[in-house]
Amino acid sequence: MHCINCHEVFMQQTFWSNLFLPDKRNPVCDDCRNKLIFLTEPVCPKCCRPMDKPDLCLDCQSWGGNSDILNKNISIFSYNQAIKDIINRWKYRGDYLLGKVFQYELARVFNQHYKNLEAVAIPIPLSKERMLERGFNQAESLAGFLDIPMVHALTRIHSEKQSKKSRTERVTAQNPFRLTRSVISPVILVDDIYTTGTTIRHAASLLKEAGVKEVYALTLIRS
Amino acid sequence: MNKFISSIHDYFSPDLSWIPQQTIPQVTHVEKPLSHLLSGKLFLPYELPEESLSFINAHFTKVPAIEKHWWGYRCRRCGNQKKYLFAYMPCGDQGKKCLYCRKCIVMGRVSECTPLYLFVPSVQWEKVKEACVWKGRLTSFQADAAEKINEVMAKGSARLLVWAVCGAGKTEMIFPGLATAFAQGKRVCLATPRTDVVRELLPRFESAFPNVKIQALFGDSPVKQADAQFILATTHQLLRFARAFDVMVIDEVDAFPYHADVSLPFATRRAAKETAGIIYLTATPRPKQLKEIDSKKLPTVFVPRRFHGHPLPVPSFVGCFNLRSSLKQERLPEKVKAWLDKRGVVTRQLLIFVPTISDAALVERLLHATFSSITAVHASDPDRKEKIELFRNKVYEVLVTTTILERGVTFPSVDVIILDSGHTVFDQAALVQIAGRAGRSPTDPHGEVVFFHQGKTDAMEGAVEMIKRMNKRGRKIVDALH
Ligand SMILES: [Zn+2]
Ligand SMILES: [Zn+2]
Ligand SMILES: [Zn+2]
Repeated sequence: MHCINCHEVFMQQTFWSNLFLPDKRNPVCDDCRNKLIFLTEPVCPKCCRPMDKPDLCLDCQSWGGNSDILNKNISIFSYNQAIKDIINRWKYRGDYLLGKVFQYELARVFNQHYKNLEAVAIPIPLSKERMLERGFNQAESLAGFLDIPMVHALTRIHSEKQSKKSRTERVTAQNPFRLTRSVISPVILVDDIYTTGTTIRHAASLLKEAGVKEVYALTLIRS
Repeated sequence: MNKFISSIHDYFSPDLSWIPQQTIPQVTHVEKPLSHLLSGKLFLPYELPEESLSFINAHFTKVPAIEKHWWGYRCRRCGNQKKYLFAYMPCGDQGKKCLYCRKCIVMGRVSECTPLYLFVPSVQWEKVKEACVWKGRLTSFQADAAEKINEVMAKGSARLLVWAVCGAGKTEMIFPGLATAFAQGKRVCLATPRTDVVRELLPRFESAFPNVKIQALFGDSPVKQADAQFILATTHQLLRFARAFDVMVIDEVDAFPYHADVSLPFATRRAAKETAGIIYLTATPRPKQLKEIDSKKLPTVFVPRRFHGHPLPVPSFVGCFNLRSSLKQERLPEKVKAWLDKRGVVTRQLLIFVPTISDAALVERLLHATFSSITAVHASDPDRKEKIELFRNKVYEVLVTTTILERGVTFPSVDVIILDSGHTVFDQAALVQIAGRAGRSPTDPHGEVVFFHQGKTDAMEGAVEMIKRMNKRGRKIVDALH
């Protein structure tokens, strides 16, 4: 089998559990996988930010601690050149298949933290223009890797172009999302990257207002 | 049955008849710059300049980007036909899936539903009289090759392999041919595998051909447009062209990635006009090319002497049977130590090749006591450029390197050694290239080259044989002259 990232041939690990399920096998070679940095304890128990001690980070304290609208974010990787290159080719160049690099790890982390929530997955949406440009939504690809129902309950009313704004501007900016349908079960918001947590909380606030009791997030990268 | 055979043939030698025939363009004078900019290139729909849509509608041909065959698919942009380098992705809201090419994705995604746009007119480029202002003189070895190159460039519809030893001065050899081509109003492309070489060649060509418009294209080059008569490009950039060039020069045709990647021969064939003259340059032909040379399928000219007239330094072998185990115990092998001691104080710098990145770091550490100014580089070293520059400026006495410095870079006065020359990363071509780093300067044409090994390989013996063969060929010609 060829590694879907570097295209080199490698031997896939086969276990009894995936013997008849080729889709469940990790399509990434060890070389490529070893270049990714997995987040390790201690982290902020709320947002997964790497910490010296497992205490609530300053950002999360300012989000209100226990009154924070987000129950928890789980991320898998920290940001480095290797993952940046993959994300760049996947999301911006549009190599749709590369999302599968993360399928295996995403499912593993989901099972570890969120398995018993009976939640639905809601991907953070792209604007119409971005969707047209890229042809797919990376958050939706990720949500599709989870063994739970996916609900398209959000649309984006403002475009993603926010990188030039300062952090406070971004935090106080208008909510870029709109809720398009009601949800009653717990929700796991899915996105590729958690930076300030603002995007996720914008989405979470709409869900909370609409009566959702628990809102979690699952993101690939904690930057 | 005939159809079956032709489709088998197509699998190995892609059919390019989907490219529209060259037409005499009915373009107005106003549109002429536009036709220079747009002709001979492949465009994705979103790359088309919006302000020129009426021109595009009138002159462009739209073709599917991916061909479907009974044996699989082929990408028309990069020639990829490997199944694992195609994938499906969702397309539109209707649940439709579309096949796209993963191989050339960095140049923008091509899929079943994105057509390629192209425009192949016979655009007239400027006829530049006496374009070459270079005043140097070619050696008799260079002159012989230059004449044959000139012939191919002038006439077109021919190929020529120039087998020139490392340090032969191949750039100057193509000057006369280029001058002829520009005088005829031809468009020329020189493609080379490495960005560094493109960067280094640009000023040399600019000063030799001041009246020809020249552009350099590489991954993140400032110039993207490519509307010049003379294009210097990395081989990958050829993926953007179709029937664009009257003359193509493919530098280091044996080098990775050209010989390992079907895309590049495919793109070269497509980028050249059917009537193009194609020149391949190499110092170390691959077995495939040697076969073509021997069977006289590929006309070849030899340049067996360096421009300074001296033969190539012939590597000597030193067997050290504890080479690997010594390094493993973090000791320098005795034979290497002895050689360094015997070398004593010399004015030449020392270039040490090792097979792996970890070896480079280790050898640097082991030699620190002996040489005060030593450093090591490898491909992903962020300071690579600076270190090489500092070595060139003689700030460092010794440079330990992996194979990344096997080609292209020249240092005037170095001794070259390889530790573990039997390692598989050192194939015959690599060894010849490495040996070719020594003795480059006319003031010091005799660098020493030593291969420290733990058992001779065919590659090592082949390399020495190739070097001796070229020296002998050179000797004969020199003798005949006297
Ligand atoms: Zn890989
Ligand atoms: Zn936190
Ligand atoms: Zn392709």
